[in-house]
Amino acid sequence: MNGIPSSTYFSAPPEWGWLIVLYFFFGGLAGGCYFLAALIDLIGRPEDRPLARLGYYIAFPCVILSGLLLTLDLTRPLRFWHMLIESNTFRPMFKYWSPMSVGAWALLIFGIFALISFLGALTEDNRLNWPAARKFRPPGTLSKIIGGIGGLFGFYVAGYTGVLLAVTNRPIWSDTPLLGMLFIVSAASISAALMILLARRSRWTMPGLLALHRMDGWVIALELIVLIAVMISLGPVFRAWVNAWGLLLFFGVIVVGMLIPLALHWRRQWLGDRNLTTAAALVLVGGFILRLVIVFSAQGV
Amino acid sequence: MAEPMGFYTDTTVCIGCKACEVACKEWNQLPSTNGGVNTLSGDSYDNTRQLDGIHWRHVKFIEQFTEDRKDGRWLLMSDVCKHCVQAACLEVCPTGAIVRTEFDTVVIQSDTCNGCRDCISACPFGVIEINPVSGTAQKCTLCYDRLQGGLEPACSKACPTQSIQFGTISDLKGRAQKRVEQLHQAGEKRAYLYGADDKMLGGLNSFYLLVDKPEVYGLPPDPKMPTRNLTSGTAFSFLGALLVGLIGIFNFRNRGAADREEARQ
Repeated sequence: MNGIPSSTYFSAPPEWGWLIVLYFFFGGLAGGCYFLAALIDLIGRPEDRPLARLGYYIAFPCVILSGLLLTLDLTRPLRFWHMLIESNTFRPMFKYWSPMSVGAWALLIFGIFALISFLGALTEDNRLNWPAARKFRPPGTLSKIIGGIGGLFGFYVAGYTGVLLAVTNRPIWSDTPLLGMLFIVSAASISAALMILLARRSRWTMPGLLALHRMDGWVIALELIVLIAVMISLGPVFRAWVNAWGLLLFFGVIVVGMLIPLALHWRRQWLGDRNLTTAAALVLVGGFILRLVIVFSAQGV
Repeated sequence: MAEPMGFYTDTTVCIGCKACEVACKEWNQLPSTNGGVNTLSGDSYDNTRQLDGIHWRHVKFIEQFTEDRKDGRWLLMSDVCKHCVQAACLEVCPTGAIVRTEFDTVVIQSDTCNGCRDCISACPFGVIEINPVSGTAQKCTLCYDRLQGGLEPACSKACPTQSIQFGTISDLKGRAQKRVEQLHQAGEKRAYLYGADDKMLGGLNSFYLLVDKPEVYGLPPDPKMPTRNLTSGTAFSFLGALLVGLIGIFNFRNRGAADREEARQ
């Protein structure tokens, strides 16, 4: 093909820029933190619940921010509701085969769950006086249903963006089916990192923190494997990363965001007290650069 | 539904006059680039550069010459939306702005589009862009308004060499096939039709007669539907969620000894 690695090279870039990079990051945090919080509620111990509440405190503002970022990115922002309601007929607009259509609904439904759990957490912390909202928190069946369904929607919000990129005809994005998986695993890792960072910052001595930290180590290792699988699955299109983007991916994401944090997990005594927080901060930086490289590199081709 | 209508573009008789571009811009009231200030691309006689929100026709100039320019040929091609039978843009559009008309053509309704730009990245041909005036994604409508009024599209009407031919798809395919045979008999064995059969995206309702490989004309050799990745992408995402969930369960359940060990450190 005259040295052109894929038929995807004839499509045009959609000019998704910084707003989308930020959305992928904060949407990942929203979904990931909610999922982790729900997981801690469902299988953790009662003394872990402050950690779960921290997750809900992060998830709700992040999902609001996500909606704002997506709306601002539209070239006609006031028509944001056209994603949900068909503007000519006022019937619901839903296409199960279009990730952006499903994602718009998922974000809305997830937002409702994030709000419910946010209010529940405020009540449990005695920051909000609304006794009915206490039912949104464990123990109790209602809290398990909310956490279970909301957690699944959270993961959907964290991962559908990768599937959305794959369901296009752009180079890199549509040349691998693994971006959704990469974004889900990365969302879990950056969310665990942010929760560790905020929990330490507020000098809480949360019982589940060490478990979360150990979990993050495993998730980072998984993310590294998935990222390498992405590179292999690109085949000849991998050439699109043999440039400055590839360098940024290698040093910013793999070295700074994965290998150094993994080394800090392994050698706990290196930085003493700051070991956990340094690793977490680097994971967040790497997660941001990952989304930056994936969004921008495919549009420069 | 009316019979499927479309374009057959015979690139071998295009003379690069750009009458199609001008007719398209006039009829559809598309603005000029850069406020009308003339900027040269430096790429042969092509100063349109690409199909986008305000260029729905684009004449490509491909110079195939030897270094000393004593021998060679021009390839000229008027590019346009392919009005695919299986249309990638229509498939992904989350607002329902992109529709298939009674003429089997693909049209973006500007009053519904909110500018999410999913269609831009989905189109395998790079046809769609945002029109800065409307702020919505736009492309060739195959002159839907003219078709409804019983007229032929502006570009084919203006084409002085019948390089762009408009008609029913079945009629156009017959004409195109005869032209390929004629060219083969005359010694131009490289002539073939691009997108005329249903193997390419179910068939392109705007198809081409070419005399070189598709990529020479800036056309993808093997365009595909975006949803080819939907099932596999979703399945791998579920696998990712499952693995993360298992890691979480494992680390939050079995932690008595591990916690004591870490606390000791």
